[in-house]
Amino acid sequence: MSFAGVLPATRWRARSALPGLGLSLGFTVFYLSAVVLIPLAALVIRPWELGWSGFVAEVTQPRVLAALRLSFGAAAIGAVVNTFFGLIVAWALVRYRFPLKRLVDALVDLPFALPTAVAGIALSALYAPNGWLGAPLMSLGIKAAYTPLGVVIALTFIGLPFVVRTLQPVLTDLSRDHEEAAATLGATRFQAFRRVVFPALLPALVTGAALAFARGVGEYGSVIFIAGNLPMRSEIAPLLIIIKLEEFDYAGAASIGVVMLAASFVMLFALNGLQSFTASRR
Amino acid sequence: MRNTSRYLLAAALLLSTGATCAADISLLNVSYDPTRELYKAVNSAFAAQWKAKTGENVTINMSHGGSGKQARAVIDGLDADVVTLALAYDIDSISQIGKLMPGDWQKRLPNKSTPYTSTIVFVVRKGNPWKIHDWSDLIKPGIQIVVPNPKTSGGARWAYLAAWAYAEKKPGGSAEKAKAFIAELYKHVPVLDTGARGSTTTFAERGIGDVLISWENEAYLALDEMGRDKIDIVYPSVSILAEPPVAVVDKNVDRHKSRKVADAYLQFLYSKEGQELEARNHYRPRDPQILAAHPEFKKLPLYDVDDLFGGWQKAQKTHFADGGVFDQIYKPGGK
Repeated sequence: MSFAGVLPATRWRARSALPGLGLSLGFTVFYLSAVVLIPLAALVIRPWELGWSGFVAEVTQPRVLAALRLSFGAAAIGAVVNTFFGLIVAWALVRYRFPLKRLVDALVDLPFALPTAVAGIALSALYAPNGWLGAPLMSLGIKAAYTPLGVVIALTFIGLPFVVRTLQPVLTDLSRDHEEAAATLGATRFQAFRRVVFPALLPALVTGAALAFARGVGEYGSVIFIAGNLPMRSEIAPLLIIIKLEEFDYAGAASIGVVMLAASFVMLFALNGLQSFTASRR
Repeated sequence: MRNTSRYLLAAALLLSTGATCAADISLLNVSYDPTRELYKAVNSAFAAQWKAKTGENVTINMSHGGSGKQARAVIDGLDADVVTLALAYDIDSISQIGKLMPGDWQKRLPNKSTPYTSTIVFVVRKGNPWKIHDWSDLIKPGIQIVVPNPKTSGGARWAYLAAWAYAEKKPGGSAEKAKAFIAELYKHVPVLDTGARGSTTTFAERGIGDVLISWENEAYLALDEMGRDKIDIVYPSVSILAEPPVAVVDKNVDRHKSRKVADAYLQFLYSKEGQELEARNHYRPRDPQILAAHPEFKKLPLYDVDDLFGGWQKAQKTHFADGGVFDQIYKPGGK
């Protein structure tokens, strides 16, 4: 009799060789709910005070659309720039030995560690028309600070570590044997990179770009000082949220927040899909 | 990040009010952006006076930020004993939305609960190269104006209303012409910072713009900081009477049992000593004798928000609320 009671339990457990699935999964669900899902649910519930038409009217105002376009556009450009240069940085840090390498390696983390407001003030001082970099740019006719370009600069700055730190472990793990094998089979250096190394790096590259992008979309502190904040031109979506809050328009602020959340989620989800697709093709 | 630290501070205050002995009291004064230097001076003077009078040690904690943001923080639970904000509308919000004090709070202290006033002036580069002397000079071609965003900054709202008052009240002026003038003026603004201090930095440190529209007190502070060889202050022909009010937050002081010291703190702002400190920190004192002893406060015609705009509630609704005049001038096609 006792057999019947024990058997299903053993079978259920037998699925994983590792003990503790029930406990750890339970904890994961609880933790994710408490830390992520409940606050997000509070955000998603709020705009319904306005009703569907009120919500749509709120987020389709030209000014809101312009701010969303700037935030997502600048974050995307920043992510693309970082993907390209981040790959070079990661490559150099993993593949070569050079003096002060550890220092350079530590520098990469700086945008992580620096309080965003400090980064913003430093960047705006640097790129202002009287700044070290702003003055030469100005003489070339390029206005960097207080324009959408300034937003791109700030988001590029804060996004760099995400790409480099995602790529580094993958590059380190990538054995040179494959490249050498490619070389013995007559591949040029470029062919070896394009056909052997790059496909192996692609999933990590996509993840890094996605992380940099996601961080950039919501970034406030470092951008606000360099953006110029002119409605319709250089006003980022998070600032518009702050402005709405200042007007005690909590529902309006939450509406923009929900749109940003939904758009970010869809993009990250798509990128994740892309990543597993490329990984499975390999 | 700032908010977090503020809540931590509030939490720490809550804990400490329960734990400290009777001889130690603390107050939290939630104020707006440019008053840092003023309240630093006021707080130490008041603490010394209170100690001499009662033997109690009083510590006054400060929180500074954009006026509207500060009001929202108090409504959302920041444990302010007193609020000293940039304009009456923000304290009205605390009273109406937060229900933390009665609606007639502004009648509880003299002079509409504003112990000191200020006004809006221009700051220009040394020697005034663009010859900016009055509001009409601001919209000359090629001039760039630095001013904060009225949506987030109290000082910027006073600046906006001062410009409006000039355009409506000048000979041949009207509300229609004032709106056109304001729209033109903001076309000359290359950066809208979120607070007064941000705009001062943009103008003074980053070298952006030809003129900064600023609080008078902030302008003098910039003069002290930057040095008189870099910038000049220009008084326009007319400006606005900026009245930054103060109030005790009833619900919070009752809970903290700090009403007595909070009242005394605000009364101190009206005392001779308080008024002198305010004047030295470039706020116009209400006391006529002390005002007369500070000739740097130039006399000029100042419009009153209550007379010209029907009070802050109305001004806010017409000009700064969602879809108000300020939003309209930034509408595409509305330019």
